[in-house]
Amino acid sequence: MKVPRRSILKNTVAAGGGLLLGFPLNGASRNGAAFAPNAFIRIAPDGRITFLIGRTEFGQGVFTSLSMMIAEELEVDLAKVEVRNAPADPAYDHPSFGKQMTGGSQSVMGSWQPMRMAGAVAREMLVRAAAARWKAAPESCRAERGVVLHTQSGRRLSYGELASAAARQPVPREVALKPASEWKVIGRPMPRVDGKASVEGRTEFGIDVTAPGMLTALIARPPAFGARVRAFRAAKALAVAGVRAVVPVDAGVAVVASGFWSASRGLEALEVDWTDSPLKDLTSDGQRAQYAALARTPGKLARNIGDADAALRSAARVIEAEYEVPYVAHAMMEPLNCVADVRADRCDVWTGTQYQSHDRESAALAAGLPLDRVQLHTLQCGTGFGRRWAMTSYFVVEAVQLSKAVKAPVKVVWTREDDIRGGWYRPRYYHSMAGALDDQGALLAWRQRIAGQPIFVGSTEEQNYAKDGIDGGHTGGSNIAYPAPNQRVEIHMVMEGPPVQTMRAVGGTHNGFVTECFFDEMAYAAGRDPVEWRLELLKGRPRLRAALALAAEKAGWGRALPRGRGLGAAAVDYHTCIAEIAEVSVSDDGVVKVHRIVAGVDAGTVINPSGLRAQVEGGILFALSPTLLSALTVDRGRTLESNFHDFRVISIADAPDIEIHMSGGGGPPQGVGEAAVPCVPAAVANAVFAATGRRVRRLPIRPEDLRGWRG
Amino acid sequence: MAILTLLVNGVRRRVDVDPSTPLLWVLRENLRLTGAKFGCGAALCGVCTVLVNGEAVRSCVTPVSSVANGERIVTIEGAGATPAGAALQQAWLDEDVVQCGYCQPGQIMAAAALLLKHPKPTDDDIDRELSGVLCRCSTYHRIRRAIHRGAAAMSGGSR
Repeated sequence: MKVPRRSILKNTVAAGGGLLLGFPLNGASRNGAAFAPNAFIRIAPDGRITFLIGRTEFGQGVFTSLSMMIAEELEVDLAKVEVRNAPADPAYDHPSFGKQMTGGSQSVMGSWQPMRMAGAVAREMLVRAAAARWKAAPESCRAERGVVLHTQSGRRLSYGELASAAARQPVPREVALKPASEWKVIGRPMPRVDGKASVEGRTEFGIDVTAPGMLTALIARPPAFGARVRAFRAAKALAVAGVRAVVPVDAGVAVVASGFWSASRGLEALEVDWTDSPLKDLTSDGQRAQYAALARTPGKLARNIGDADAALRSAARVIEAEYEVPYVAHAMMEPLNCVADVRADRCDVWTGTQYQSHDRESAALAAGLPLDRVQLHTLQCGTGFGRRWAMTSYFVVEAVQLSKAVKAPVKVVWTREDDIRGGWYRPRYYHSMAGALDDQGALLAWRQRIAGQPIFVGSTEEQNYAKDGIDGGHTGGSNIAYPAPNQRVEIHMVMEGPPVQTMRAVGGTHNGFVTECFFDEMAYAAGRDPVEWRLELLKGRPRLRAALALAAEKAGWGRALPRGRGLGAAAVDYHTCIAEIAEVSVSDDGVVKVHRIVAGVDAGTVINPSGLRAQVEGGILFALSPTLLSALTVDRGRTLESNFHDFRVISIADAPDIEIHMSGGGGPPQGVGEAAVPCVPAAVANAVFAATGRRVRRLPIRPEDLRGWRG
Repeated sequence: MAILTLLVNGVRRRVDVDPSTPLLWVLRENLRLTGAKFGCGAALCGVCTVLVNGEAVRSCVTPVSSVANGERIVTIEGAGATPAGAALQQAWLDEDVVQCGYCQPGQIMAAAALLLKHPKPTDDDIDRELSGVLCRCSTYHRIRRAIHRGAAAMSGGSR
């Protein structure tokens, strides 16, 4: 395939004379191009091979899957490659986002061509370097497991031996990518490249970083959203052994100490007076009533086909229902943290982040230094789920402010209470649904009205993710796969509330629940089997249809079950086509137990089958927490929950059996980090209906919503 | 502050700390053994789990002074030198358990404590002993398989 002309490849002799290869993912003429040779591959003369991965590893397996793409074309044994985090540099901008960031299930999709090309170009230059040394035709040489072989003579040179000469080869204008039939790496299960370090406790996360003279800071953060420091008294905190300084920052008042425990005890002793929260009059019940009232009225038009309002007025049968979901915290296993070291002429930041380009710019602003004096070092993250994609880079800025103030490297650690009470939640939403059937029972109209806080509108990311002022947090995943001649989606964006943001599957976290449950309601109203009707309506979506048919078959859809036990289905196209069938039982007092979830998955070409299954397993269980357990209550400006005792998430004992069946396949690989999430609450709630005859239209599904279901 | 002697991974280590400091922070900051993780500070998530005299202990709420009298402390960094730890680490790799990896040291140490008590654990044993160690990536199925695999390897049987 042709190398895009605007992707001018740079090859540079690196320190030590090795081969350094790379190319900008997002156009060649970038301001930052002058200070760093763009690079994904390094081959040292001693034979060491390093891959630099520009996407952040937070559990989704990009270090492994992206390295597999490079290794496939480079012809190296991945077990002998060191895989490292790339620096923050425009060379690693995501080709779709134009920023160095990780999210949206876009890492594999956005790397599929560039990573293979990076490997192929490097391989080609190594082959030509060998051919030149042997005075042979490049066509008579081939690359295999880190060496170039001359087929006729049997001569061989390792990549290390060739590295310096290869760096002087002209960059090929065209490289041939292998056809799928020749793949040796792609499509075969590959254990995690970082697995051994992980099980030995050697993986370095942001929270593990240390620097000479580093201090640790905890911050007294506002007890209620938007409250500001009125006054503080530092004396008692400063009297705690190990406390070095008490420093006001934008986020609150920081206690800077020799270590975590001193900072923690200092924080307990610190006295802070806060202003009232601007949200002090906002109650959880009041907000619910406000959202419900809004959702019952026309909103801003987000999507329109035909005339749903007219169809609803004249239809033979109209079905209406209201759904709601609460605020939910990401509750990453590793709380937010950041180390900053601000000097007179430079600033270094070490952190686990999903948004390197923005965090680096924010650090430069906070440090008062030009961008080229700021280095951001990405660390592995103890999950992310979107929370480390911080639109205001707040967790980086506070560390930079503190390091600048105390003139030492500072690590800021968020406590779990800071995390759960600190906002940036998946928003609360309230949905009003209306659907119409014609006199033959066919799907005639579908109307969804969604009320909630916008994620992007009003933020610094509005221009990127809120086309025409329509917030993607509201509408993502609302585009149902079933053809209805009249469809209308309207939104109400309420600006008041705690800060909110993206969470794994974003709009799909609530729209998957709402649309796939409401479709189920309409199926029962039409007297149709929910799976059979879906299959009939998905004739134009063969991949999704096949995934659903497979899941239904494997789950034993249609088999007779005793009352109190049921199957529920859901299917969505979220980059990957996925259908899930849940099998649940409901106890007499309303407790739901999920026994099994069977998934049919078409993710296109699969890079790493083990990694894909891990993402589907993990996505299903991630979504099971807000389906059954997790909710936040924001009342009078405060979040009432604070730690894992009251913001509950599922444990190993709660995990149902999961079966994953691959459907279809082929074509470009699709993202799979989020795809498994949207179906889960719908499949479970639909199964609860099948088991009990009770519709649960709010999450999490609570025993009190099912109490007395036996009648 | 007090000078305490800890027996960590078979080595005596002297530290000068506030005796009320949780063991977690002494391991992580004073001894630079960062495998045990901070997750909740309240014994709710289990990612700080280490072994003390063979028992799984939440190091984030364990005052260091309570384990400075000759108690044998084993962290993930020393797990490979124990039969259960080594078997479990290999089983974890064989089952490709890791996603983000943050909780895995705590999972492995909790599993090691389980195998010391129950060399052939049932699924119920695993549920009981491991449900206190949360994994937000939800690697739970592979953890369960890895524990069974590690147990089989330790008892010398093929799986």
